[in-house]
Amino acid sequence: METFSFLMQIYVFVLAIFVGFELITKVPPTLHTPLMSGSNAISGITIVGALLSAGMKEFTISTILGLIAIIFAMINVVGGFLVTDRMLKMFKKK
Amino acid sequence: MRIAIEIIYLISSVFFIFGIKYLSSPKTARKGNLYASIGMLMAIVVTLFDQQVLTFEWIIIGIIVGSAIGTVMAMKIPMTGMPQMVGMLNGFGGGASTLVALAEYYKMNPNIPINTGVAIVLSLLIGGVTFTGSMIAFGKLQGLVSGKVIKYPGQHPLNALLLLLVIVGGIFIIINPELTTLTIIITFASLVLGVLLVLPIGGADMPVAISLLNSYSGLAGSTTGFILGNNELIIAGALVGASGIILTNIMCKGMNRSLMNVLLGGWASAGSIPAEGSGTVIPKGNVKSIDAEELAMLFDSASNVIIVPGYGMAVAQAQHAIRDLMNILEKKSINVRFAIHPVAGRMPGHMNVLLAEANVPYDKLYALEDINDDFANTDIAFVVGANDVVNPAARHDQSSPIYGMPILNVDYAKTVVINKRSLNPGYAGIENELFYQDNSLMYFGDAKDAITKLTNEIKSL
Repeated sequence: METFSFLMQIYVFVLAIFVGFELITKVPPTLHTPLMSGSNAISGITIVGALLSAGMKEFTISTILGLIAIIFAMINVVGGFLVTDRMLKMFKKK
Repeated sequence: MRIAIEIIYLISSVFFIFGIKYLSSPKTARKGNLYASIGMLMAIVVTLFDQQVLTFEWIIIGIIVGSAIGTVMAMKIPMTGMPQMVGMLNGFGGGASTLVALAEYYKMNPNIPINTGVAIVLSLLIGGVTFTGSMIAFGKLQGLVSGKVIKYPGQHPLNALLLLLVIVGGIFIIINPELTTLTIIITFASLVLGVLLVLPIGGADMPVAISLLNSYSGLAGSTTGFILGNNELIIAGALVGASGIILTNIMCKGMNRSLMNVLLGGWASAGSIPAEGSGTVIPKGNVKSIDAEELAMLFDSASNVIIVPGYGMAVAQAQHAIRDLMNILEKKSINVRFAIHPVAGRMPGHMNVLLAEANVPYDKLYALEDINDDFANTDIAFVVGANDVVNPAARHDQSSPIYGMPILNVDYAKTVVINKRSLNPGYAGIENELFYQDNSLMYFGDAKDAITKLTNEIKSL
């Protein structure tokens, strides 16, 4: 069962890479900077792992690591989405 | 409960995918960013309902502190500082992955299955390299660390040795997870490796480095997903990983260089002026310069103008001055367009963001392949702070380090006007024969001041 679910994760990973390639080749060069900052914010999804560690019942070394990870990931998420929005607001057509 | 949480993660992943999909047009891009942030909010909230999450004080502190820092950074950073901002954000993403991997390691130790062990080691390596590598990239872009190509003896063997240490150490940890000290050692080795890998990369190669680190920050997220067995992390990480790889590839093609060549420390002569007799032919001929008044008259008689901005525009913060010039020319019914080289600036799309900030409509900005044939029918090609990307040597001089690099064919225009502060060579450290051509005119001065002066002269005609 363990091996099976690991294989399923590999499956998901490979398919997601293909979806990513399809989507991102369609992004025009003019939006490459917002693409980077926006996708950057998405990579802050590691916040999920950070929450699981910082929210444990007992206080251990993992709690501290989790806390710092939450701070890092939140900077990434909040900073990334806000700055992307700030940039995208400026793109206007004639 | 478990099933409900998983379903929300799935919906959140779909929001990420739609978020990126909507980035395919500037019209829908803002909506896309909103969708992605809603997806993130869903993921965060639903994780709080996980049965592992029992205490909330640390979570609340972390979220408040992180959000506050992120908000201040996003609001304060000037548009010209965007490459640094993205560089730093990459780093925090990578750092978070490393920390989560360590936290999970301490939680599970010593009962770590082999596949989780592999994911932990990979996460420590990729996350660690991304964290310190991005901080160095930030330092270089901010001017805190030298932007020059830095080379020292034994640099490549040292990097290879560090990587080997992480891999061999990693295998030992996967076999025997109780080797806590070794885990700390490979974490530090990864952090050092990140510094050493980015330190040699020169300033103008930063578009490649930042794109690659962007990709790593995504892959680090994916590896964290494998540790936790969470499909959403795997999907989101893979999307970002793919995005970074595509951008890296575009940047490398824009410089006609392989990724290896960039990573191993750049052009042979990069950052330095070639010594006498080094083989580089210094073009003979006269450099003609022009002053604002004459140039104003030249512009007045033109009907087609293409402006070619480069990193010099960003340094001088000349985007607003260029917008004013565009407005006055358009009032005289002169057709003004912009040609953007893929590697102009310090990150993908750098010029586009700066011009958007100055309210230049994005449909006036053309990519290299869409505008290069039009230079021949153009009265004036106006080069502002760009150098290597308009050097005709790339087309014909096989001995030139930039030979084969796609360039903007500004020399085909009737007149080329080059705004520069001096005749100094560009990043590649080579002379630009464009300056010596018969149809070239140098307009010396700081981009912002010189263009403002030009605009005023045109106004007074």
